Amino acid sequence: MTYKILNTLITVIVGVGAAVILYWVLNKIAELLPGRWEDRIKPYLYILPAYAALLFYLVYPAVQTFVFSFANATSTEWVGWDNYTSLLQSESFQDTLFNTLLWMIIVPVVVVALGLAMAVLADRLKPRWESMSKTIIFLPMAISAVGAGVVWGLIYNYRPEGREQIGLQNAIVTALGFDPVAWLQVTTLHINSLFLMIMLMWAQVGFSMVLLSAAVKSVPEDTLEAARIDGADERSIFFRVVVPQIWGSVLTVYVTTLIGVMKIFDIVYVMTNGGFNTNVVGNEFFNQLFSNFNNGAAAAIVVMLMIATIPIMWYQVRNFRREELMA
Amino acid sequence: MTSTQTTMAAATPAKTTRKRASSREGQPQKAGWFARIVVLVLCFLWIVPIVGLFLTSFRPRDDANSTGWWTLFWTPSAWSRLSFDNYVTAWNEAELGNAFVNTLAIALPATFIPILVAAFAAYAFTFMEFPGRNFLFLAVVSLLVVPNYIAFVPILRIYSDLQIAGTFPAVWLAHIGFGMSLAIYILRNYMATLPKSLIESAKIDGASHFQTFFRLVLPMSVPALAAFAIFQFLWVWNDLLVALIFVGPGDNAPITVALRNNLMGQAGAGQHLVTAGGFISMILPIAVFLAMQRFFVRGLTAGAVKG
Repeated sequence: MTYKILNTLITVIVGVGAAVILYWVLNKIAELLPGRWEDRIKPYLYILPAYAALLFYLVYPAVQTFVFSFANATSTEWVGWDNYTSLLQSESFQDTLFNTLLWMIIVPVVVVALGLAMAVLADRLKPRWESMSKTIIFLPMAISAVGAGVVWGLIYNYRPEGREQIGLQNAIVTALGFDPVAWLQVTTLHINSLFLMIMLMWAQVGFSMVLLSAAVKSVPEDTLEAARIDGADERSIFFRVVVPQIWGSVLTVYVTTLIGVMKIFDIVYVMTNGGFNTNVVGNEFFNQLFSNFNNGAAAAIVVMLMIATIPIMWYQVRNFRREELMA
Repeated sequence: MTSTQTTMAAATPAKTTRKRASSREGQPQKAGWFARIVVLVLCFLWIVPIVGLFLTSFRPRDDANSTGWWTLFWTPSAWSRLSFDNYVTAWNEAELGNAFVNTLAIALPATFIPILVAAFAAYAFTFMEFPGRNFLFLAVVSLLVVPNYIAFVPILRIYSDLQIAGTFPAVWLAHIGFGMSLAIYILRNYMATLPKSLIESAKIDGASHFQTFFRLVLPMSVPALAAFAIFQFLWVWNDLLVALIFVGPGDNAPITVALRNNLMGQAGAGQHLVTAGGFISMILPIAVFLAMQRFFVRGLTAGAVKG
């Protein structure tokens, strides 16, 4: 253990030191060039290492994954569109897609709504209570999905009727006189998926609250005053004055949460591993890769996921350009 | 919450921030009962699961597996049986101690090494003019959204060819690659708010870009560097997917993988050990989070998206 700790410290020091030396060398190379060329080349040398990392870890693999998606399980033979057609025709993958869609529809909306409610309501408390309540809501952001699995395992725990329940939800249900329920196995109306979604909401509402709270606080006081003088009640002030002014932040939170939801993996993997019809795209990818050892199918799933994110990417880039132009 | 306001200001330099001196100033209506009750209920719902985990982790095996943790509140006799035994067992026998160190060995290099690399790129994007600058930066913005799933199959093949799959550098290098676009984005947004005149005058005084970067821009960007560092540290510490793919279970497994495989996945482990293990896995990120909340918020608001 001491060996590992020492090794880690050495890695960090050597790694950071190597980066410093690398840039010093790159800078020297630029300075060796004749005057005009030095200024031309230098910016590219400064961004080169960062771009090398991006190219190696994202751009090149993206192309390679696209290619693999048309090859067989071991990437040794071309199979055309077979991976896509067999996935899309299989009933279990259709269920997986439908579940992912449910996550995408439900989670971001609830996260935005609860985050906004917390932001607006906590803003009216005394500062001490405001910051304390916000820290509590924000805290789960620091907890891993595996940790959340342990935490919520204690809520959803199920034991057959007659034994004392150690899961909170079943303890409440049995105290009210009902039979205990194996919550994560209830497939009716995808209720088990909903219980998994609650875990993600629990983790994400804090993020939404923090961003929206900053937006709510930056709404100019005089616009609220003007509305009050005109005799508007609190409800219409909120919906007609506050919401339009923070709409940009609402969209940012919504889009960010949506991207996270599309890639959801760990909560499902830890709680059910996709059983009882709770599977989602991220978990299916992992199982194709590590249980079925099917590179082709895994790659095809990623390509579909990638295609689904393209509209969001386009939206982000457009948004960024607009903001930059305003500057 | 002034910190969040300044954060927003830093994150979106384009917008003029019209701050109110105090959020309550001139606001006729104070917190009504409705606001208080809703906030109280939400906070209660949010904290109860964590309290349950915390209390269970100190209970002996028989207690934890036969009665709910809430019974502690009306059975004071059970209080005397609470102990740290579960933690000792989880740390040693479930090998979470080893996994804790492994996670540090992955998270620390993955947090600190990319900072300088990203800062140099951010500097070039902010303070240097060159053809293709806008296009190259827009590429970074779009890569923010790209799911890192896209990288796993090809990178895993390369790692197997190089025979480094399962080692620490295999994981932290991957995390550096996946975190790079966010790092450049956060740092560049922050550097764009630094006064241009200062950098100009350094140039007039004869300072090279290299000197300006190390003596002026890097020290001034410390808040953004810290924001990214905390963000990346929490991200890597809590990561399960990248760890499963590039390390997997075994001697090098990080804490998320060890907790999942050595405790949660074992039917015989029992809630008392699972919760103790869970708390061991959370204690460091929670401490970092509580201590550095201000910076963390800045990181979130500056780079809201990560692929």
